[in-house]
This record gives sequence, C-alpha cells and structure tokens, in this order.
Amino acid sequence: MAIKDYLRERFFPHIWCPGCGHGTVLNGLLRAVEQLGMSRNEIVMVSGIGCSARISGYIDFHTLHTIHGRALAFATGVKMSRPELNLIVPMGDGDALAIGGNHFIHAARRNIDITAIVMNNRIYGMTGGQFSPLSGPDITATTAPFSSIDPSFDVVELSKAAGATFVARTTTYHVKQITDYIKQAILHEGFAVVEILSQCPTHFGRKNKEGSAVDMMKRYKEVTTPIGSKAKQENPDLIERGIFVQKERPEYCKEYEKMVERAMKGR
Amino acid sequence: MSKKVKFVQGNEACVEGALYAGVTFFAGYPITPSTEIAEHMAKRLPQIGGKFIQMEDEIASLCAIIGASLTGHKVLTATSGPGFSLMQEALGYAVMAEIPCVIVNVMRGGPSTGIPTHGSQGDVNQARWGTHGDHAIIALTASGHQDVFEVTVTAFNLAETYRTPVILLFDEVVGHMRERLVIPEKGELPLVERLKTSVKEGVDYHPYLPREDGRLPMSDFGGVHRFNVTGLYHDMWGFPSTKPSVVHGLTHHLVDKLENRVNKLAMYKEYFLDDAEYILVSYGSAARSALHLVKDRRFRGERLGLLELQTLWPFPGDIVREKCESARAVIVVELNMGQVMQSVKMAVSDSEKVFLANRIDGVFIAPVDILNILRLIQGKGV
Repeated sequence: MAIKDYLRERFFPHIWCPGCGHGTVLNGLLRAVEQLGMSRNEIVMVSGIGCSARISGYIDFHTLHTIHGRALAFATGVKMSRPELNLIVPMGDGDALAIGGNHFIHAARRNIDITAIVMNNRIYGMTGGQFSPLSGPDITATTAPFSSIDPSFDVVELSKAAGATFVARTTTYHVKQITDYIKQAILHEGFAVVEILSQCPTHFGRKNKEGSAVDMMKRYKEVTTPIGSKAKQENPDLIERGIFVQKERPEYCKEYEKMVERAMKGR
Repeated sequence: MSKKVKFVQGNEACVEGALYAGVTFFAGYPITPSTEIAEHMAKRLPQIGGKFIQMEDEIASLCAIIGASLTGHKVLTATSGPGFSLMQEALGYAVMAEIPCVIVNVMRGGPSTGIPTHGSQGDVNQARWGTHGDHAIIALTASGHQDVFEVTVTAFNLAETYRTPVILLFDEVVGHMRERLVIPEKGELPLVERLKTSVKEGVDYHPYLPREDGRLPMSDFGGVHRFNVTGLYHDMWGFPSTKPSVVHGLTHHLVDKLENRVNKLAMYKEYFLDDAEYILVSYGSAARSALHLVKDRRFRGERLGLLELQTLWPFPGDIVREKCESARAVIVVELNMGQVMQSVKMAVSDSEKVFLANRIDGVFIAPVDILNILRLIQGKGV
C-alpha cells in the first residue's frame, strides 16, 4: 500500500505551521506502518490535545482524538477491550508529561501493549508558545518572559523508571531512525515509548533564536549523539539517541487473560 | 421459585442490573461509598470473560470505558462526589462524541471531601451542568434495590438508544442499605443492544449522520469502517469543523435528542396522587421516608400523596406540573438545599406553593422530619 493511501487526503491541508517537525513524524510513522504491512483496520490511533494530537485526524486508521493528557487512558480502554488491535498514541510533550504524566507512568507500569510517541518540541504550540515540563531552564516562552526556571523531565529516564519495556529517542533530523524505532516499538509487546525531538520554529525557535526550521533540524544533528558514543563521553551535554530499553516483561492484557482463566475455574 | 433472590446492598443491586444489561467492561477507582460496585465487578466480570481494570484515577476510569465502548462493549464506571468532579471533562467528551456509557455516582455529602460515609443528594445539579458547555444529559435514580436493578438496566438501554452517557445518581443510603433483590429471568426486562451500521465495507460510512429516527448506527473500532472521533465540533465523518452551520446543527442535535423526548424519558412512580391535597415530590433514599409518611397519614385519613421521580434529567417538568396542579402545597423531600425543588418551582404554575423538607447534616431524613414541615405549611404547628 502506498503511503498516501494511509492518509485522509480529504481533510488536508493540515493545521501545522510551515517547518513544523510533526509532519516528519507523520511521514516516519506511516512508513513504519507501511513497511510492517499492517492493515488500516487493525490500528487504532488515540491522541489527546495539541498540535501533535491533530495527527490522528489525517490518518486513515480508527482514530480517537480525545481530551488533553488522557489519550493513554482512552487507549488503555480500547486495548483492554480488544487486545488484538494495535494502539499507537502520539502525544506532545505537555500532553504526555504535564497533564498526562500520571497516565503515562501508569501505562508504563502496567506494561500494556501500546506504542507511545512523544513528539517533543519543548513548547505548547497550539496555545501560542508556553513552556512545558520538557522545556527545561533558560528557555524563553510566553509564560517565561524572563526565561524559565523549571527543570525538565528526561523522557527516557522517566519511562525507564516507570517500567516501559521499550524506550527509544531520536529527532526529526534522523528520519530513518524515526521509522526504524516506531517499527520496533509497534512490534514490541509491552509499553513502548519513542521520544522524537520535533522542531517548533513558530513558537520555540523564534523565541529562543534557534533560526529557521532547517537550522533547528541541523541543530538536532549537533546536539545529539548515538548512545554510548565517544562524543558523549567528551561532551556530557549531548543528548543520546538510540534504543535505551528493549526487554521482556509480562504484558498487561496477556496477564489479564491468565487471570480470566483462573476466574473461570472458580478460583 | 425459579427466580434468583438475593439479600444485597444497593451497590450490588446495581452490579447485578449492569450484568443483566450486558456490561462487559468496567474501569474504576476506589471511593466511598461506591467502592463495592468496583469490588463486585472485579470479581464478576472475569468470571464471564469481561474486563475489569482499576485505573489510576477517576479521570482515567471514564476515559478507559469510553475507549472500550468504541470497540462495542457495554461499559460502566462508578464513583462518588470527588471522583464525579474529576470525571466532568470526559463526561462532556462522551456527550460530544456520542459514546454510550453508564456512570454511577453514589452520592455522599459535599463539597470537597465532605462527609464520605454519610448520605446526601447534593450532586443533582452537578449531574446536569457539571461538564461545561450546552448539552443535555440523562440522570436516573432509585429508592430501593429492585428499582436500582431496573433503573440500571434502563440506563444501559438509554445509553445505547441515544448514544449518550447516562448518569445513575444513587446515594449512600441506598448504596449501602441491604434489602431483598429478585433477579429477573433472562428476557423479562427488555435490553437494547448496540445499533450497528448496515453500511457495507468500501461504502462511505458517516458515524455522525443521524437516521430519520434520530439514531446513529455505530461501527466498532477494529471493524471495516475507519472514522474519526473527536471532542471538537465535527461533521458527519467526525472530522473537526468550525463551520457555523455544523456547530449550530451539532449543538441542537445533542440537546434536542434528549430534551425533545422529556416525557418519553420520564420515569416516575406515583402513590395516592388522585385526590391528594398535599403532594410530596421525592427521589432516591429520601423517597422511602416520604412514602412511609404518606402511607401513615393515609391510614389516618389525610389526603397526602407522593410523586417519586426516577428520571431527574431531563427534568420531567410537564409531568410534575400536571400531577401537582390541584395540590394545595407541594413539598420536595431531598437531602440537599433544594436542588430538585428549584426545578419543581419552575415546573408548577404557582411556585409559591412549593416547599422544601430536607436534611443536610448527613443524617437520613425521617418521616417525622417531613411531617414537621407539612404541619408548618398547614399552619398546625409542629
């Protein structure tokens, strides 16, 4: 199936600004699905609120565009009730880890078979450029006019600690990695997190003097490095890319099935 | 006797009703005084191959059942005041996206943490207007366990019929009280199953295009029709729209589908209303004391009657007006500061004749409490 067959072209043009990284994520995601040969009918995409969340409208899967921060809770209900479906949950940084932080850690704890994609642009784009829990300190945002003092979460470390069994990170510069990691995340049985650094030239780049979308993408090349690289040892400030966690742990729906068997035996 | 008779709490009667109606998915979070519903569901659902999940909070609980409803399940969650407050945004989502689901609120005293272990009926207006924006809602209640069972079945039927969340407003007294419950035979109570679309694969399916009768046939997630579900104003495909005609049409659809059927949705019971000079209007546990008083006074020749409401929203104003038309006075008996009384006052032609008999101290209202108010109204002193 061609990539464009996965799109709902009827609903284009999309709402994203020129240069937004989210289109690259969409592209990478669809290539992953296409390469896996998945049927559109077996995928449910659940999203919350924000620029990132609008991705669900443009893709011809079963799509559930929900409320802010709660996509993983809705997805948990879909997955639990129909475990054979593949759940993909794209979220923005605020959606996933500010308002949705609680659902994020609990989905990870359960190790429910959901692919969570954190499209991290370090800003609330749709509301016009407020700092997020992934902005980190010294960032200029409309709600941080004197630069932010809030420390940032590390999505990878948080996911690991909460129990996610697949954790990867890449950027919109590394487009092939997007497809590769999302593919592996979908194939992984358990809660999988793929963090993708995605540029917001309109609100983050402009306020923080990071230049154009192309400049911001080039910057992703400069500030990131593969896991365990020599460059990282020399410069600890570099952000690591790669697959950080890939391990087996009982998956929630499978465990539930076992419990149902026990219950039916009248135990 | 072949029927199954049980001696149970009201919360368990609700569970039995939900299972009879065909619930297969429950998500919840523990909270007094509704917890027994989750506990019984945790035990019963796996035994029938259903799903129970304890979520991280009440927000997630309602979100999870909405997700499960979209795959074709009949779904339930149960909570009390603080949890119900947390659910309000997702409740509005279910209204907007027209997702069938049933939400039980076993009411306790509030606001805030309030008085968790004592009864109250303080969430009546929250059920109506708790979530933001113009909308209509169905909220039902019951005063005894047989009714709790039947109203729960009705809640599922209405949720499926109108593609809407339905709220069951029970209270702590009914939830925790134990009494006899006769579980009806299969087929004894009508059940409404999900209306599935007959549109074939490959043909454009419109999840939000009502049929002539106003109903919207659904297609399960995982089925052959892929569509978008959103809390934004949306067109007949479920795709976001800001077109004035779409926004106007959807608001009207959401409100009209219920408000235009007020009388059809009205469930109530009437006792000695035909010649009643004084009418009590009550619901839930408070209606038990009201009925006790009515029977007691009838025995002594006083023309007292009771209108027990089971549908609280949409408020059956026409029926209340008609029933109360010739009464000298109407006393609304409830465990709050007069939430239903306000609606009764708006419904009747002479609001001056509507009075309140209430208790708001966590103590269950006794027949004598109502009698004292009646005597004051009658000018007979307490």
